[in-house]
Amino acid sequence: MLLISCPYCGERAETEFAYGGEAGIARPKDPSALSDAEWADYLFMRKNPRGAHRELWNHAQGCRRWFEVERDTVTYDIVASDALRNGNGKSER
Amino acid sequence: MKKYSAFSLFRNAFGHNRGWPEAWRSPEPQRGYDVVIVGGGGHGLATAYYLAKEHGITNVAVLEKGWIGGGNTGRNTTIVRSNYLWTEASLLYEKSLKLWEGLSQDLNYNVMFSQRGVYNLGHTLQDMRDIERRVAANRLNGIDAEVVNAEQIKKAIPIINTSPTARYPILGASLQRRAGIARHDAVAWGFARAADALGVDILEQCEVTGVNRENGKVTGVETTRGTIRAKKIGVVVAGNASVLADMAGLRLPIESHPLQALVSEPIKPVLDTVVMSNAVHGYASQSDKGELVIGAGIDAYTGYGQRGSFHTIEHTLEAIVELFPVFSRVRMLRMWGGIVDICPDACPIISKTEVDGLYFNCGWGTGGFKATPGSGWAFAHTIAHNEPHELNAPFDLRRFETGALIDEHGAAAVAH
Repeated sequence: MLLISCPYCGERAETEFAYGGEAGIARPKDPSALSDAEWADYLFMRKNPRGAHRELWNHAQGCRRWFEVERDTVTYDIVASDALRNGNGKSER
Repeated sequence: MKKYSAFSLFRNAFGHNRGWPEAWRSPEPQRGYDVVIVGGGGHGLATAYYLAKEHGITNVAVLEKGWIGGGNTGRNTTIVRSNYLWTEASLLYEKSLKLWEGLSQDLNYNVMFSQRGVYNLGHTLQDMRDIERRVAANRLNGIDAEVVNAEQIKKAIPIINTSPTARYPILGASLQRRAGIARHDAVAWGFARAADALGVDILEQCEVTGVNRENGKVTGVETTRGTIRAKKIGVVVAGNASVLADMAGLRLPIESHPLQALVSEPIKPVLDTVVMSNAVHGYASQSDKGELVIGAGIDAYTGYGQRGSFHTIEHTLEAIVELFPVFSRVRMLRMWGGIVDICPDACPIISKTEVDGLYFNCGWGTGGFKATPGSGWAFAHTIAHNEPHELNAPFDLRRFETGALIDEHGAAAVAH
């Protein structure tokens, strides 16, 4: 089980959290201007890297806030845990 | 290839079993091949076998970074069935099931395919409505399926808890009698041996580190055993699909997750069929050695670590003990994880790509084992003709652009 550090509550067990997938995917400002391929890329295509991964977690059974975690997808080590820089799931990093 | 038979067993027994030849060669890589298959799991080996057998393309290499069948082929829970809801999916899995039915004879290798039936349990009124719909859809597609009630389930599986006062009472199930289990290692070994006999080079300990391209066309692969030229490259690497795609500059709609499974200590025969439940989320069968083979869903997070979190196992076993109270004191012997490639619609991708000569077969997620022969058969056709067969045409990568998804995630839920 992962031990995840919530930036607001501190370290808690993984069972308190919900996973939100890859971080930094911004919703396109004008979806109707996109081609089908660009829209598919936004909706479905993922980096899914082997190694360092920036991802979203939600402290579902705690403060219920979303935040961003950097985790190694091979060792599962959590390297960093940060509050979101803005409210829409897109981080500045 | 020396043919295996009852007579050869008898003869080799007299020679103290020292006369068995190796099942497949371990050749040095040649400089180039007509087709290179990346990934020596069941799907990759089946692809190579059907390329040679159905399409006469024998100048083929299968590159495996570890050993044959050491990935998901040896890590799954061996269930084979074809009772999917949507026509596209059910026809593909049914093609596979038909191949399973003759596979041991075809490969001259006993894959121990046992058609012991699969029950998919329903615990709510909505579950039962979905089951009736799926069974009707299966029958329209010529796939055997029936709806059974709790009484019939109890009669067939005496140890199951059909008490109406259970937290999630069993109301009924779908039953596919032609479904069952097979010996997963034997599937890999059988395909490897049969492909090798047709001239395919199986190169183990050969990890692909780069995909070489020129003018939008593949020219070969870089590997830990040197550069290998190739006119066509078929990638079928399950959880590592995104890593290989990245080498070729492609993006895939895939996320890799750990999927865990476990086996119990061997016990006497007590479960002679396969029981799956999407609602309480667990499934179980009993191997010929007597071990209960148990699995459930993926871990929530993405990962390549071939292990997951313990609370996922705990959740699985809660479901199993709910269904089979008699298993509550059985000790678990081993647990492990495999890395599965989850597609947004829980359906595979068997497809050409925008790179000429590069083909991907991935996205089987949690349910790829059952498709091993059919997947290889369809992928071989796609590579040989540079066009998909009509069975796998709907599973093109472009469906994510056109929107023609095949939503088995909604239909088959979790337990594959």
